[in-house]
Amino acid sequence: MYGTGILKGLGVTLKHFVDTYIEDLRWLGRKRYGSPEGIAHRASKGSRGIFTVQYPEEKVPLPEEFRFIPFLVYDEGQEGEKILRCTSCGICAKVCPPQCIWIVRTTDPSTGRPIPDPAEYYIDADICMNCGLCAEYCPFDAIKMDHNYELASYKRMVFDKETLAKPAAYYESIRPINATAENAARAAKVAARAGKME
Amino acid sequence: MTTPTPTQTLDLAARFPGCVTPDERPGYSGWIVPANKLIEFAAALRDEFGYDLLSSVTGVDYFPEDRMEVVYHAYKTTGGAGLVFRTQTPRTSAEVPSLVSLYPGVELQERETWDLLGIKFNDHPDLRRILMWEGFSGHPLRKDWHEAYFEEEGKPFKNRWPVGKIIQAEDVNPFNDNIAYPPGFDAKKWIPEGDAALYGALAKYETSDETGLNTDHIVVNMGPQHPSTHGVFRVAVILDGENIVSLKPVMGYLHRNHEKIGERNTYLQNMPYTDRLDYLSSMSNNFGYALAVEKLINIAVPERADYIRIMMAELTRISNHCMALGALFNDLGTFFTPLIYLLEERELILDIFETVSGSRMMCNYFRFGGVARDLPEGTLEKIRGLAFERLPRKIDEVDRFLSENEIVRARCIGQGILTAEDAIKYSATGPLLRASGVPYDIRRADPYGIYDRFEFDVVVRQNGDIYDRYMLRLEEMRQSVRIIQQAVKGIPEGPIQTGKPQYQVRVPAGEVYGRIEGPKGELGFYILSTGKPNPWRYHVRAPSFINLTAFGPMCIGQKIADIVAILGSIDIVLGETDR
Repeated sequence: MYGTGILKGLGVTLKHFVDTYIEDLRWLGRKRYGSPEGIAHRASKGSRGIFTVQYPEEKVPLPEEFRFIPFLVYDEGQEGEKILRCTSCGICAKVCPPQCIWIVRTTDPSTGRPIPDPAEYYIDADICMNCGLCAEYCPFDAIKMDHNYELASYKRMVFDKETLAKPAAYYESIRPINATAENAARAAKVAARAGKME
Repeated sequence: MTTPTPTQTLDLAARFPGCVTPDERPGYSGWIVPANKLIEFAAALRDEFGYDLLSSVTGVDYFPEDRMEVVYHAYKTTGGAGLVFRTQTPRTSAEVPSLVSLYPGVELQERETWDLLGIKFNDHPDLRRILMWEGFSGHPLRKDWHEAYFEEEGKPFKNRWPVGKIIQAEDVNPFNDNIAYPPGFDAKKWIPEGDAALYGALAKYETSDETGLNTDHIVVNMGPQHPSTHGVFRVAVILDGENIVSLKPVMGYLHRNHEKIGERNTYLQNMPYTDRLDYLSSMSNNFGYALAVEKLINIAVPERADYIRIMMAELTRISNHCMALGALFNDLGTFFTPLIYLLEERELILDIFETVSGSRMMCNYFRFGGVARDLPEGTLEKIRGLAFERLPRKIDEVDRFLSENEIVRARCIGQGILTAEDAIKYSATGPLLRASGVPYDIRRADPYGIYDRFEFDVVVRQNGDIYDRYMLRLEEMRQSVRIIQQAVKGIPEGPIQTGKPQYQVRVPAGEVYGRIEGPKGELGFYILSTGKPNPWRYHVRAPSFINLTAFGPMCIGQKIADIVAILGSIDIVLGETDR
């Protein structure tokens, strides 16, 4: 009969509509909106009913690998001074696809030889394409991709060394699994070197 | 189903004695055909040897030598390896005969080669610029052409390290100063004559019909700003009443010369740029590019990485088809309900991409000889949940939702028909070709990766109308789910990268054409290496660009309202069309 196809289709919409209420009833007593488990459920394979996440009131949790503009990791010295892990080897600047990283290497004024510490470090964040290659190929775990994606600005965003530097503790908080693995690998390398010295 | 046996080497030199010679330069393959024999050669290839699908046409500039080459890749729709042939022409007067009369599918590609490389195709019916505009000076892919913000021939640029005082390109080269016009061109007085040429290329006006009544055709421009063109895309149509007499796609509004950028990039640097071609299926683009470069450096991929690649490529296919069908229904007037239902599934797939690669759309996940990182914990479970529980159910739901809808059927069945012969003739690939009854799927016809280990059907539909393209995509999603199910079951433990990850890969000199069955069709990457860190020539065979060749012929005789539906059923993405 003409029109049955349309009715059948409308049945699907009706089911979606009813599902919204059934799902809300199921969550009676629990918070479906504005709570982490509610958001997680909406992004799971069993999600039905209302699917959307109301940004900015609600935010989707970021997976560990999520990548946004890079930052420089620093360790804290004994007196609280910031020691950048960066040695200004230039691999990030060489691998960067849009070439948005600019590094000035420090040279020892007396000998003229390079010192493994950047004098200046710029990232043109407007040009950065968030590909993450710099973080991936950095041999010193010194540059990492950030999780902070709320960077909208009226200005041209060129980040210098001070803006880019963030503590290792911050890195460990956004990427716990990666940071633990890398710390262990670095410690093993140091131990191996110490073993060789002896 | 078995893998087709590779075709035995043809002795084309014996067929064309004295003029067609095998290309014996190291790293090259195929045949060199002199320009005056090209038509004869191509005709023999098509009619005697069965290479009916001329998949890709592109050019190479050998500056500073006075030589240019046009490179053709031909395939058989029955499957098997391809055949490369090329013809050489002096750079100063680059001219080759056009193959449009034999393979009409090269029409847009030859225009592109003319536009970007300045190789003239004699007897081409409509040789105008296609991606650049008429007031553009020069041919940008020629090696001696430099872009406005030109710094160096190849990345990495020397002023970034170790003395990298930041300079901003726009300060060095302010806007207004960064453009060159052809000699004698005054931008302020310019009246777009290109449009006259465009309309002239459309069709003939008739001034009276059989009753003697004076009639006139009208020109209608759909786009560039039109909600149903899926981006900034323009369609120039000549109408007789409501019927389409002639139609030409106009594109290039999103052109950024991806290929020139690619030739400046190192091989690895280009990977994230491929994401931005067909931005709805970046994993597939990565796959195609990685395959091409891997062929060139001859590196194997570990088993686990192969499985991950297949899973990602098939998830991409599902998410792409979700978007394609949703957009098609929007064009048909269902106003967002099915699109949003399908976007839910796409969203769940993008969540997986985000956990795996760090980005939802610009994945940049593949590396030469593997993938960037292993699947994080729990991801495989997520994929399993989608493939075994959610997606099959949801695909059936879409099927139930609209396949029998009378309005959808009335608008789709019998509309925008492309016959099998025409589809092959116009070099259509992917769902467009298979919906016309040609069972040509590169995953089967010329398997890459480990597709030969999986069981799935090549979906074919016979009528070649919009409805068949819709049903075919739906069924392809089911087949993709099947592949993912097998991959999830079969994935082994192990490394995900051959050798150590390197940021500077050594690529030997030579040429390669790597292709995959992308969600939209054959996605090919032609790379010519001279052994340097940057490719000498990098060309993308973009399926949504080449599938548009058939757009005009499909529309003729239809009503104007069907244009949006037919365009929706081709499934184009402007990031790839315009490159």
